[in-house]
Amino acid sequence: MSENTAEAVSVALAIRCRGLKKRFGDVRAVDGLDLEIRPGECFGLLGPNGAGKTTTIEILEGLTRPDAGDVEILGRRWGEHERELRARLGVSLQETRFSEKLTVFEMLDLFRSLYPRGRDPERLLEDLSLEEKRDARIGKLSGGQRQRLAVACALAGDPEILFLDEPTTGLDPQSRLQLWEKFEGFRAAGRTVLLTTHYMEEAERLCDRVAVVDHGKIIAQGTPAELIAGLHAPHIVEFASDPPLSAEDLKALPGVKDCRRRDDRWFVGVASLVEAVPALLARLDRGGSKLLTLSTHRATLEDVFISLTGRELRDE
Amino acid sequence: MSKPRPALIALTRARVLEFIREPEAVFWVFAFPIIMALVLGFAFRDKGPDKVPVGIAGGGSEGLLAGKPLRSDALKTIEFATLEEGLQALRTGKIALLVENRDPLVYHFDPTRPDARLARLEVDDAIQRAAGRRDPVPVKDVEMHEKGSRYIDFLLPGILGLNLMGTGIWGIGFGIVNARLKKTLKLMTATPMRKSDFLLGQILSRLFFLLLEIAVILAFGVLAFGVPIRGSLVLLLAMALLGSLSFAGLGLLVAARAKTLEAASGLMNLVMVPMWLLSGVFFSADRFPNAAQPLIRALPLTALNDALRAVMLEGKGVAAIAVPAVILAAWGVTSFAVALKIFRWQ
Repeated sequence: MSENTAEAVSVALAIRCRGLKKRFGDVRAVDGLDLEIRPGECFGLLGPNGAGKTTTIEILEGLTRPDAGDVEILGRRWGEHERELRARLGVSLQETRFSEKLTVFEMLDLFRSLYPRGRDPERLLEDLSLEEKRDARIGKLSGGQRQRLAVACALAGDPEILFLDEPTTGLDPQSRLQLWEKFEGFRAAGRTVLLTTHYMEEAERLCDRVAVVDHGKIIAQGTPAELIAGLHAPHIVEFASDPPLSAEDLKALPGVKDCRRRDDRWFVGVASLVEAVPALLARLDRGGSKLLTLSTHRATLEDVFISLTGRELRDE
Repeated sequence: MSKPRPALIALTRARVLEFIREPEAVFWVFAFPIIMALVLGFAFRDKGPDKVPVGIAGGGSEGLLAGKPLRSDALKTIEFATLEEGLQALRTGKIALLVENRDPLVYHFDPTRPDARLARLEVDDAIQRAAGRRDPVPVKDVEMHEKGSRYIDFLLPGILGLNLMGTGIWGIGFGIVNARLKKTLKLMTATPMRKSDFLLGQILSRLFFLLLEIAVILAFGVLAFGVPIRGSLVLLLAMALLGSLSFAGLGLLVAARAKTLEAASGLMNLVMVPMWLLSGVFFSADRFPNAAQPLIRALPLTALNDALRAVMLEGKGVAAIAVPAVILAAWGVTSFAVALKIFRWQ
């Protein structure tokens, strides 16, 4: 009876893995990682370069064999139903450089032919705003167009789950925005998306839920709003003064949750701006400090990551 | 929407398109063998043997040659004013032999040079005949100029074999290593594609060019040099097909694990350069010592060249090419099987 229930739960999940481990030489790329992703969800693995995101997603895609752990995709396992699973998934790798000699349509048509069923390549080109580039050689495309082609190829088999590894890395803001709209469209059709990214804006905009990954482990998980709320400091005050204040000075102010310093700037997490900013100004005034800059922003996933690890997402 | 192509056809088609849009590749497959045949064909064309240059020095009236020029079609004589000038010309290879005109005549030459020994025979023969020598045994020369016995006739099947090897190994090897480097190979393994379809597609795309390649090289040989095709054209094509499949297998094997283009091209050279030299492309493999013959005969290019020559030049039938055919098939099947086993998809 209890076994049946467990079965039912795992079938209902789009992606489930437990205790994933993978080492490359001395490096533990993935070090005991569990995930449960529901159908129709857009799930993000957020973390800095080298956190193990790519290894994790490639294990889930069945391209890398884990050293330990258990993977179920759509209730199936890789060893047993490989071809059936492949027909139901779409994959975009971190960097694929398609053959430059083929045209956009030829490449998409090739990928379509690899799937037993799927979408009409002409329609897919329209969906990804590539119809004008239909007969252009891939070598002549811009970075954004190539990435849209990669996504089109991943969609050629009309997949139930779309795996996207760093789908917008290196793209200009406009191309990024264009791709985000495509992913949102796919998700709106009730499909599941798993993406990795080190752009917090991307995770905040696209993902229903996010797992923050560092050193091959998940260090926090939840909706972006939950994670940010978990800071108890929804606003960040950024300022510099001469002479500078000390950490003790800042922690004594009302509503200050944490503070950190980069060069001569302070980043102070506060519960309420209307409370903290006047108090800060008064403290500066009393100490005879001159305010050099002052700005505030709402806390982001970046701040969540920093408060969890003490490091920044993009320090490469 | 239109029904999608079967994966194998689509993969083959994509590879063919990629190839014909690569101008360098087209050059190496079609233009290079023709240029090579053209250059070598002219270098070794039938124009009669070159005259061997010999020098005559010193003497004047007291030498035995005084007043009697050397009469020989095979010789070109150059007079030197002093012995030292003549010896200098001999040392620098401008002449093959120097006759020092005195009594007795002195021949200066390097006996390790074949043309010098030929010159020694020709010069002495001309001088002795001019002096009235009569040969005790009567002989008569008959000269052969039949097509099929010239160097170009020997060379053309060799170039065909060489080209089938080159395009098979390079064409397949580079295609695969490139796809691996660009990660399209990895991306394709994430689709439901059958891995064997991918490898077969590579081989089929080669066969697509095979017919063109053979047609171009043979047509060139027949039209430009009148090279004969004495045996069955069908048999010739069948051997070329078998050879091409065999080299495609080798190409797959060479590319099975290589992670960089440099590694792959090193391996390809390791496989191909010995065969360029040993397998009787430019000169007969019979020239190598007997001890090495079993090894040389077992090389796929030797087998292919032997078979192509047997059919083209000697008009032989199936029985004569059975052994080379078995050798080629064995290479092809073994390398394909090993390649499939050790292939690295990522």
